[in-house]
Amino acid sequence: MAVLSKDLFTVAKNETVARDVWEMVLEGPTGAVTAPGQFIDIRLESRFLRRPISVCDREEGRLTIIYKVVGGGTEILSTLPAGTRLDVLTGLGNGFDLTKCGDHPILLGGGLGTAPLYWLCRALAARGIRPTVAMGFDTAASVYYADKFPAAGAGEVLVATMDGTAGVKGTVLDAIEDLNRYSYFYTCGPKPMMAAIARAAAIDGECSLEERMGCGFGACMGCSVMTKNGSRRVCKEGPVFGKEELVW
Amino acid sequence: MVNTRVNLCGIELENPVIPASGTFGYGYEFAELYDINCLGTFSFKGTTGEERFGNPTPRIAECTAGLINSVGLQNPGVDAVIARELPKLRACFKKPVMANVSGFSLEEYAETCRRLDGQEQVGWLEVNISCPNVHDGGMSFGKTPQAAAAVTAAVKAVTTKPVIMKLSPNVDDIAAVAAACEAAGADAVSLVNTFLGMRIDLKTRRPVVANRSGGFSGSAIFPIALRMVYEVYEAVKIPVIGMGGVSSAEDVIEMMLAGACAVEVGAANLVDPFACRDIVERLPAVMEKYKIEDLSAIVGQAHQR
Repeated sequence: MAVLSKDLFTVAKNETVARDVWEMVLEGPTGAVTAPGQFIDIRLESRFLRRPISVCDREEGRLTIIYKVVGGGTEILSTLPAGTRLDVLTGLGNGFDLTKCGDHPILLGGGLGTAPLYWLCRALAARGIRPTVAMGFDTAASVYYADKFPAAGAGEVLVATMDGTAGVKGTVLDAIEDLNRYSYFYTCGPKPMMAAIARAAAIDGECSLEERMGCGFGACMGCSVMTKNGSRRVCKEGPVFGKEELVW
Repeated sequence: MVNTRVNLCGIELENPVIPASGTFGYGYEFAELYDINCLGTFSFKGTTGEERFGNPTPRIAECTAGLINSVGLQNPGVDAVIARELPKLRACFKKPVMANVSGFSLEEYAETCRRLDGQEQVGWLEVNISCPNVHDGGMSFGKTPQAAAAVTAAVKAVTTKPVIMKLSPNVDDIAAVAAACEAAGADAVSLVNTFLGMRIDLKTRRPVVANRSGGFSGSAIFPIALRMVYEVYEAVKIPVIGMGGVSSAEDVIEMMLAGACAVEVGAANLVDPFACRDIVERLPAVMEKYKIEDLSAIVGQAHQR
């Protein structure tokens, strides 16, 4: 079980990488960040609650996050210049289970949900596994990181857009021939996408859920989800859950 | 050396700082972060007779200087609390704990309180008659002095430990409700629970929380909560526990000047898991700054003419 840490981080980089999508690099203590799929919770001076954002990549002393400007809080985040100091909780949630990947796993990302799959891809590559990565977006202007995954160890990168302006027209499932020829799946994205994947999959896999959170560390019960094994907190027992555990 | 000790219904607290129910679980998860024995005590997650999943999500809406929650008393039920949660709590917290109880009938309140009253580590029973997030229970028992008195009497009849009635601010006259609890035998009152509030999403044009409205808390409510504590202090002789938007050692002292003998901290824990520890650590320095030697001596001082 992860143990959180509260530290000051410094913004090293904060740049747009696609339409309304930003990449931020934070420098600070990364000891509590132990697994791809975990998230961090950023405090902003003018906002009451923290902003939970999944870790896109981790190196010693450096975290990369990808976020979308969707409201006032993320808008403030996008204006922070390099050098800004931020109060950040790290080590939140449980990440993906790399030991279950088999010999040819597939990573399926939808929109912002592609972000945590980047570190996952690198971590799998470090174990000698070259996963297939399928990423879905609404349109070409929203696509990010498609060119970065090969260097992160992806054996194959497939892109789908709903309007067909990049890659295959349709969803991530339209971009791949047969989900069940892979050994295992890891997915993060909108709920309808993950539900479709879970229904289509005869293979086993894991889904990273998103839910509106209060605290992000298990105290408020704001993000509870009912699973086949009873109530679970997305922030604490999740955000990654096994396919079999979830009710769609 | 300043004295931070206070007395709550005959039990001495090392300091008046108490994490409020619903923001601190059953303690043990915070004990992974720091030694929670530095706290005066804490009020554990609101417990009901049966297990409850609570309301549908989204349950949280952010507000200026606060948040709305509509969790809806999610808890494993009193049997599981006694069997599973209290042993884990006992392993990391050595002081008497405050058991927070809610219910949907007088019988449920009484029975859940009776069960928890028998637990050695329970020092006080805090009876929540003010949850705004459940129908036909919770707050409906705290809306009138008569209903509040009925719950108080039902609980007092079957328990031996100090009973603290946790009051709702969503009433016409909170002082009258507090007085009715006192007359029915309550040993203390705690206030305030959350204010009924709402947010609407401009994109979907629908309420943000699935339950439509929820309980508003956070630093935004501090002045209103303080005023209510001040009013209730004048209306009753039993101890008053103040809460509502407290997020600093200064806020704790202000609540005590208004009449609180101890102070609960809620929403601040959700922003910073170390909030209560930090308040406890800062308290002596802030006392020295304001030339307070004995914290219990300032309770209600704002009322002196």
